[in-house]
Amino acid sequence: MSPGHPAEVETLFGDYPLDRAFDEMRESGGDLRPHYRALAETLARLPQDELLRRKQSAELSFLTQGITFTVYGREEGTERIFPYDLLPRLITAQEWNHIERGLTQRITALNLFLRDIYSDAKILSDHVIPRELVYSCKHYRRQMRGLQVPRNVYIAVVGSDLLRMDNGDFVVLEDNLRVPSGVSYMLANRRVMKRTFPQLFQSYGVRPIEHYPQLLLSTLRSLAPEGRPEPNIVLLTPGVFNSAYYEHTYLARQMGIDLVEGRDLVTHDNIVYMRTTDGLKRVDVIYRRVDDDFSDPLVFRGDSSLGCAGLFNAYRAGNVTVTNAFGTGLADDKALYAYVPRIIRYYLDEDAILPNVETFLLTEEKDRQHVLGNLDKLVVKAVGESGGYGMLIGPHSTARQREEFAHQIEANPRNYIAQPTLDFSRAPCLIGNHLEPRHVDLRPYILFGDKVNIVPGGLTRVALEKGSLVVNSSQGGGSKDTWVLESQ
Amino acid sequence: MLSRVADSLYWMSRYLERAENTARQVDVTMSLMLDTAGASAESRWRRLVAALGDPKGLDWNGDLDQMAQTLVFDSLDPASVTYAVNAARENARQVREEISTEQWQRLNRLYHQIHAPRTAARSDSNISDMLVTIIDGIHLFKGVTDTTMIHGQGWHFIRLGRYLERAYATATLLEVFQPNLFQAPGREDFGYQYLEQVGLLRCCTAFEAYCQVYTADLTPDRILEFLLLNRDFPHAIRYSVDGIRQAVTSIQRTGARRPPDELTAGIGRLHAMLDYTSIGEILAGDSARFLHNIRAQCLHIHELIYSYYIHYSIQSALAV
Repeated sequence: MSPGHPAEVETLFGDYPLDRAFDEMRESGGDLRPHYRALAETLARLPQDELLRRKQSAELSFLTQGITFTVYGREEGTERIFPYDLLPRLITAQEWNHIERGLTQRITALNLFLRDIYSDAKILSDHVIPRELVYSCKHYRRQMRGLQVPRNVYIAVVGSDLLRMDNGDFVVLEDNLRVPSGVSYMLANRRVMKRTFPQLFQSYGVRPIEHYPQLLLSTLRSLAPEGRPEPNIVLLTPGVFNSAYYEHTYLARQMGIDLVEGRDLVTHDNIVYMRTTDGLKRVDVIYRRVDDDFSDPLVFRGDSSLGCAGLFNAYRAGNVTVTNAFGTGLADDKALYAYVPRIIRYYLDEDAILPNVETFLLTEEKDRQHVLGNLDKLVVKAVGESGGYGMLIGPHSTARQREEFAHQIEANPRNYIAQPTLDFSRAPCLIGNHLEPRHVDLRPYILFGDKVNIVPGGLTRVALEKGSLVVNSSQGGGSKDTWVLESQ
Repeated sequence: MLSRVADSLYWMSRYLERAENTARQVDVTMSLMLDTAGASAESRWRRLVAALGDPKGLDWNGDLDQMAQTLVFDSLDPASVTYAVNAARENARQVREEISTEQWQRLNRLYHQIHAPRTAARSDSNISDMLVTIIDGIHLFKGVTDTTMIHGQGWHFIRLGRYLERAYATATLLEVFQPNLFQAPGREDFGYQYLEQVGLLRCCTAFEAYCQVYTADLTPDRILEFLLLNRDFPHAIRYSVDGIRQAVTSIQRTGARRPPDELTAGIGRLHAMLDYTSIGEILAGDSARFLHNIRAQCLHIHELIYSYYIHYSIQSALAV
């Protein structure tokens, strides 16, 4: 570390390593980035055990609030706390403005794309995207063709995953346009953070995010069917066994709306009702946290008991708003992702403000040969999976795993894409009693009703294992509070 | 409120009441068994099982400790205390957004206390300690329920569940105990008879309250009168039925629909039966049948509430 920092800051860092990857706190020469200076000095001034004590008290607070998620594939009903890192991740006003403009542009374009695909599909007739790529997507829903959705909004609630590359630029890794989750952790992190570092928080001038539930509610209200001035809005959850059930109960409570399950709903003459102790009550807007496939056994999977029979027809008739719309998964398909810059250009006649990650389509002969020859350097992802499942990380893989993936790619090239292994940015985390860098991403939450609304910040996810690139909570990831600073 | 939510709150409350009732009866029975001369362990055990509504698979096998373990800890046995607490927590979890954080944390803590690994071999004193912990936990839960939850429809469904379960369980208990109660004791049995009677009262946490009303002079007809007809003691059947009536009236008041006459009449009938009958009349007639009748009416009220608030047919609801 270069001179000019107080000795305490030096001690705090110890042998904090720097290399090619962008470090959120330190410049490549080792100097603190100016906006991190106050944070580092505050940490350095704390007595040895104080940091640990605050960390423990923060963790206890998560535990007693029951902020847990369920891990699949292990013993049934394993509840875990989402690991939490004490140090906030800072984003300057300037950086945020750029991100906000980029996301607004991207979401606007993707929404226009969905509208186009489910009506005239002009983008296909103009040969901007191969027809086959759209119609072979497993999230394409033919039932949505020609259906008028309220305000033409298909994707009202979005969470996009951003990474920061070694040159400091943010790129979009993927868009979550179906049922993105994690926003309750963003809110919980902030609540705990304000209690843990009140003075530091105050001195930094951090933009608030606490109004998210209220924004969500007004977004949902703005999408209510015509002629329903006092809409009855509900949150549809798959139920208590879903991994995000805590978030569903939390959001319902914060918005003051009913949390319903499929079995609470009935349809009659294309109107959706919920069973109450006061008889049947009409439902106008459904914030849906159930996947397309499980939403209506008459239209989608017949063996699902999580949805409501007849829901889709009521939706089609315009008597109920379901959001996000069905079939939005098409636009976050990992293969179509490669076309998003072209989608933005086609509909908005603009260049993408936030670039994509370079992506190889395995349906293209040339790309496929390149990928198969370089499996040890690339990341291969199944297009229909999320949550870090179905993924091969080349540099961390065994020869046998690579062989297995090569076979699967040859068998079904449409099902996979490949990307270079990204050296995305790292932020300091409290590991044991000192700071170590860990890879982080950023998931801002975007709401789209009357207009696009993004609460400043989002969820910063952390790959807590040393050297790991996987930030998903199901795979050993944690999270940090994200502070977007007021402009000076 | 959503019918499913009302259903969960109602059963959460019934299961906790059931857990408390079972815990107290096991505790009392085990302490009565310490005085071996009064009655055989087997007959006491049988009476306990009968008072719990004759659940299957609890036939006497001679090993009291093992049987008590089952009745308290076996989470697979629907008659056990643990099963009831688990079921209450599961119901609460499904309506997490409806109950207060304090309620949830209280119930969660009770659940974890029961399921914490016990290092020492389970002995009978362990069981007794655990029963005290459970009963305390449930009392605390009821306390935070009354002080932290909004007293709206959901709270009234909780009260409804509590009092319906209590009226039913107390009627079952009295039905099982009352033949013994009137057996004239021989001279040397007098002390044991006294213990039995105190046991019955303690099953309903009623001993001290009884003494305040009648002094410690225990007689079978007064005990029955107290547990059946007292209007001020919370574990007496008449008080519980009063609670049922108040809860249902409040639920009706907060709702917009006119309640069915059948429900109003059903509750009114049970209430009047207890209001206008003296203990002399009950004992002169068939008291077992009287108690049995109370249970049947409780079940009937439960069914009416279900068919009106929870599982009503869609067609009839659309016809309104």
